[in-house]
Amino acid sequence: MHLFNLSFRYKIPLWGGMLILLSVLAVSAALMLKAYEDLKEDLRISAEGLGGILTQTLFAPLLHDDVWRAFELVNATFHGGRTQNPIQPEMIFVVSPVGHVTVSTAPAELPMLADLHTLGGDYAELVRRLDEPLAGRFLRFEPDLAGRVFFAFPIQQESARVGTLVLAYSKDVFLPRFRGLALHGILVGSLVLAVLLPLNWYWGQRMARPLVDLARRMGQAVHGGRQDPPRETYAYRDELGQLFQAYDDMLVEMREKALLEKELLQTERLTAIGRLAAGIAHEVNNPLGGMLMSLDTLRERGGLPDHAGKTLGLLERGLKQIQETVAALLVQTRDQRRTLTGQDLEDVRTLIHPQVLKKSQVLDWQTELPNGLDLPAAACRQILINLLLNAVQATAEGDRIQVLLEPHLGGLRLRVSNQAPPIPPEYMEHLFEPFVSGREGGHGLGLWVTYQMVRQLGGRIDATCNGGEVRFEVWLPRGEEKP
Amino acid sequence: MNAKPATLTQPQDVSVSTPGRRDFLRGLSAAALGLLPAPLLARPAKHTIRIGFTPAFVHDQHALLADWRVYMEKRLGLKVEIVQRDSYRETMDLLRLKQMDFAWVCDYPFLHLKDLVRLMAVPLYKGQPLYRSYIIVPVGNQKATGLKDLKQTVFAYADPLSNTGYLYPRFAIHKMGDKPQDYFRKTFFTWSHKKVVEAVAMGFAQGGAVDSYIWETLDRIHPELTQRTRIIQRSPEYGFPPFVGHRELDPELFGQVQNFLLTMHRDPEGAALLKRINLDGFVRGDIHLYDGVAEMMRVFDEH
Repeated sequence: MHLFNLSFRYKIPLWGGMLILLSVLAVSAALMLKAYEDLKEDLRISAEGLGGILTQTLFAPLLHDDVWRAFELVNATFHGGRTQNPIQPEMIFVVSPVGHVTVSTAPAELPMLADLHTLGGDYAELVRRLDEPLAGRFLRFEPDLAGRVFFAFPIQQESARVGTLVLAYSKDVFLPRFRGLALHGILVGSLVLAVLLPLNWYWGQRMARPLVDLARRMGQAVHGGRQDPPRETYAYRDELGQLFQAYDDMLVEMREKALLEKELLQTERLTAIGRLAAGIAHEVNNPLGGMLMSLDTLRERGGLPDHAGKTLGLLERGLKQIQETVAALLVQTRDQRRTLTGQDLEDVRTLIHPQVLKKSQVLDWQTELPNGLDLPAAACRQILINLLLNAVQATAEGDRIQVLLEPHLGGLRLRVSNQAPPIPPEYMEHLFEPFVSGREGGHGLGLWVTYQMVRQLGGRIDATCNGGEVRFEVWLPRGEEKP
Repeated sequence: MNAKPATLTQPQDVSVSTPGRRDFLRGLSAAALGLLPAPLLARPAKHTIRIGFTPAFVHDQHALLADWRVYMEKRLGLKVEIVQRDSYRETMDLLRLKQMDFAWVCDYPFLHLKDLVRLMAVPLYKGQPLYRSYIIVPVGNQKATGLKDLKQTVFAYADPLSNTGYLYPRFAIHKMGDKPQDYFRKTFFTWSHKKVVEAVAMGFAQGGAVDSYIWETLDRIHPELTQRTRIIQRSPEYGFPPFVGHRELDPELFGQVQNFLLTMHRDPEGAALLKRINLDGFVRGDIHLYDGVAEMMRVFDEH
């Protein structure tokens, strides 16, 4: 059913509202029923009281056939006028033992001496019931729901019965009083509803909002959409709060896992590319050495025509360029035995200084090299130079370049940061791949070589781009292969 | 605590305007034995007079009666007690038992009592000491034109000792050749002319006989009641219910009270009271005023 598929935002207030409505209706109905029963009971008590008094006082006048006295007695009940009081009878009359009207307060409807048997309708039925032996102290006769209620009391003393007193109550006067009660009930009920329904709506919304929010987020998370952290944290530690906490934890874990996977993928890719490049470089390098040696031998032997000499030179230069490129691809760090010292760092600073000066940049140099790190000097120098050159080229004239070198996590942290326009994300992803260059004229091997070196040293390199600052951070573990 | 009301310490001041059943019984037995002296002579407070008012007028105007009593005391210099009874019979008994000095009675009982009481004054109604009987029906009954149309109905009489409320209608039926006791399907007494009007107005009785003076006075003060009735027959005029005094009364006292009544209309306060009771004044009257009633009584062998 559609109703059950509704959002909690509507379902909770709707169900709550229905429950409140049902409760109010049920309570109102119960109260009205009680009021109706009370009205009936009031009527019985009143009729019994009045009947008791009248039957006692009526006995003597009826016995003496003093009908006027009897009439005055029953008529006194009305105090001169019929009011809307429902407890007051509409009509009182006395029936003789043979079923004739002796006295009646409504002579127009029930004239004196009229025979009830011949009047028909309720009266015929009433007089028939009067002939039956009486079960209690009085007879209650209600011919139909809408008309009158009759209470009949025998007028007798010591089994001498002179007639029957009948009190007729109209239900027409019942209705306005009952209607008044009902109206009152409806008013109070509406007031209660007016207070409870908005409260219920507010409470339902409050309950549903976090749930709805959570559901939306989870849907987004599952479908790989935005995974922003919950906008407002649910402050309470109930089950919902726990759910939120679990969701937050799960989201963090998922994000970390995804990041890790991405890194792993990148690392694997770079490693694969590195292996491929190294393999090709190696395969190319071997015959290249032979070819260069042959060329050399050929030139030393001499006797070659001029143009052949020129060609040989051409070949030699071409092969040498191939060799340089291949050598750049073949990153070798482990066979370098010298340990990095403070002098190496000063060398790098000296080497890079002209470049920095040329672009009027400011070099902020903070280095602290701890002892006993045992890192290979050549590789480290290469890494630092590569990063610095990269920074100098990326940085505009007059801007600042920062170099930080410090011990970190048992190894060495090396950070080069500079002011630069942000690196586009699509470029960021392939930053450390060969032949990927961010500027015109670059061969795109600088960062690649740096990456390979860092990896070979068992370290890690990260590039971050935050606002106007680009930062490369390298961490190298303590060297272990000192002979 | 000691300051009891003075009236309680003076027996002659105690109001006995409504003597209880015991007094009545005592008086009855005393009269039967003829042992006790006449109350009028025995009563130490001889300046207290008792006047009986009967349903001959609209006797539930209690405020009017109270004012009447105060006025009488002032004019006569006597203590006045007003005794009210619901039937002529009781008033007559009280007169017989000498429990009452004066009474305003109906002309019919007056004739019954003519050996016991003296005619003192006859009220003037519309300038004449006369009134009549009205036969009335509920206003819803537009067909009836007289008693002849009320055969086999429920009929309300005022009092068995009332002329206009009992004697006249029975006489009229008798004159039509019917027997009054069988003429109606049912009859009852209301013991008051006003209640006859009420019984007919409410439709409790289909017809009734009432004093013309009462009906017209009611018409003035309770028109909503009389408007629900319709007069279908008017009797000839009879002598108005008179004020009577006991024959054994001190003639001086009799004359004093008679004079008070006959001159009442000249005094502004008295005239105002008369206006309230819807009368013009009193005249000395004559026994022959009541010859018409006596004639009717003879028909029923009562005179």
